Amino acid sequence: MDILNEISLFLQTSVQMGTHILFAIVGGIICERVGNMNLGIEGMMLMGAAVGFSTACATENPLLAVLAAGAAGMIGALIYAVITVSFRGNQVVTGLVLTIFGTGVAGFIGKSVSGNIIPQSVSEAFAPYSIPVLSDIPIIGKALFDQSFYVQLAIIVAVLAYFYMKKTKWGLNMRSVGENPAAADASGINVTLYKYVHILAGGFLCGMGGAYLSVVFLTTWQDNVTAGAGWIAVALIIFSTWNPLKAILAAYLFGMLKGLNFKMQGWGIQIPSQFLEMLPYVATVVVLIFITLRKKKEHQPPKSLGNPYFREER
Amino acid sequence: MMRIQVSKRAGMSRLADTLIRIAAIVISLLLAGAVMAVMGYNPLEIFSKIVTSTTSSFTRFSETINKTILLTTLSLGIAVAFRMKFWNIGAEGQLYMGAFGAALAAFGFPDLPAPLLLTLMALFAFVFGGIWALIPALIKAKFSTSETLVTLMMNYIAFSFISYLQYGPWKDPASLGAAKIARFSDNAILPKVFGIHAGWIITLVLVVIITILMKHTKLGYQIDVLGESETTARYAGMNTIKIMFIAVLISGGLCGMAGFMQASAVEKSITDSMSGGLGFTAVITAWLAKLKPPVIVIVSFAFSMLLQSGKSLQVMGIPSSITEILQGVIIFFVLASEFFINYKISFHKTAKEAE
Repeated sequence: MDILNEISLFLQTSVQMGTHILFAIVGGIICERVGNMNLGIEGMMLMGAAVGFSTACATENPLLAVLAAGAAGMIGALIYAVITVSFRGNQVVTGLVLTIFGTGVAGFIGKSVSGNIIPQSVSEAFAPYSIPVLSDIPIIGKALFDQSFYVQLAIIVAVLAYFYMKKTKWGLNMRSVGENPAAADASGINVTLYKYVHILAGGFLCGMGGAYLSVVFLTTWQDNVTAGAGWIAVALIIFSTWNPLKAILAAYLFGMLKGLNFKMQGWGIQIPSQFLEMLPYVATVVVLIFITLRKKKEHQPPKSLGNPYFREER
Repeated sequence: MMRIQVSKRAGMSRLADTLIRIAAIVISLLLAGAVMAVMGYNPLEIFSKIVTSTTSSFTRFSETINKTILLTTLSLGIAVAFRMKFWNIGAEGQLYMGAFGAALAAFGFPDLPAPLLLTLMALFAFVFGGIWALIPALIKAKFSTSETLVTLMMNYIAFSFISYLQYGPWKDPASLGAAKIARFSDNAILPKVFGIHAGWIITLVLVVIITILMKHTKLGYQIDVLGESETTARYAGMNTIKIMFIAVLISGGLCGMAGFMQASAVEKSITDSMSGGLGFTAVITAWLAKLKPPVIVIVSFAFSMLLQSGKSLQVMGIPSSITEILQGVIIFFVLASEFFINYKISFHKTAKEAE
């Protein structure tokens, strides 16, 4: 009984530690599915974290904080979309610059709020609450049903994104834009519009992910609060083979890895923590090789990923 | 109704190309200045501070040059791969592995005479950086996996590995609590020439070599053809895999050399934060310089000024994050301006209106 309890507590923290990443992976998947690789995830998360935090402090309104964080991520994504979609700029460079830009913006905004603590009205709104009966399910009960609503929102978003992509006409169109924009264009899909909408939606989620860290998880401002989470998300997008449902698994596996790092020190197990930090990246390379080997269509990267689309060229 | 038509431009005069780029930078600076003014700072003061604080005294100037050396060499390495359209964004990892190679030589033969030891370190760094870049190239050749993603992942693997060394087996017992790797022996440290470490000479030599390689050798030509079209290269009877491997080896090797110079001359050891993220910045500088070696030097210097000025701005009470925002704004504009260089926009009256 005790060990079961221990596991369920462990899973509960793991889920918390994977939540910001889950938002970012799903956001990244949505963006990459229309053929745009955005290496600015880290930047958009940071912008969301800073804007969400300062909005929470200024307005004491949890909903406004989340929306502002999403909007901040979306502004980053808008810059990215204008350059890569309308001006057909290089996606890799634009993404990297967006990360630098976002780090700067977050540092700048963060300066004015450092030392503040999230007001009570906001932290209460995002406090963990336990759903009776369900939270008593052994092992996974606490992980899923004794959490902040923000944590559960990440799962809901991932599931919705999956159904959107697989089961709706828009989702189908969106994927065809990422696979073959020229064919999509020929069949009457507005490629530019689809790209914009999804890149912006992805940015919104990345911003929300960043805000989870600053507003819910830490509740104080820390410079460079994401600490590379955006890059892990870039890796885990691949690990989850561009599938939002698998993103849930990827994000929480990552959370468990983080948790394990702490636990093992307590147990006196001597695995250098750096090897655990390396693991997601090694696993991603392995997965990448594996999916190209198996050639299963649904697991492949979107075909046009990284290439700008220019109608006159088709 | 006007109809806007966008078409690919065949080629543009060099002058027009340069003018558009300069216009983009000027507009971005004006915009950034306006934003600063709105935030209550004097933009002229900030701009002049960025220049003076990084060039006014010799110490500051030499620090700026140190960054320029690092950035130039990394950008050179990236440029070689990018010309082939091999998107190597793993400069960061190749730098760390290069530094690791240099450290192996430095710790293995600490008493070798300096010229010999430094040469050995440079060689090790080149090989280690090169091999680290070759791994994604091999994976690409064998499984046709995207090199962009693999090179990116390899960065973090290398970084964690150095961090492991620093906190684990290579931790210097003499440094007491702090996790630090021991200092190199004096023979392993690049001497200063005119007050700045000899890396500047190495870098200039590398710039010349790579310029010659890209412009005047068969390999350089093959790399460019392969970058233009893999099919063309294959029809022309080129061994595309071999060319890719050699170019990637050079690319990673150069980034490794950057690691060697930074380790030997600046850190005098290796640390898990020695790159300062410049491996990513170098992707931007290489691209801004249109992958042309001499231009890379200029762009790298300008960037180093921006990066270095952060600290002095902070002393003035201006957040150093301004320089990051400024970098972002400038490059966003330059990125967008590319469009006007590559594409022609023409306005047509629609048929109906013309009647």
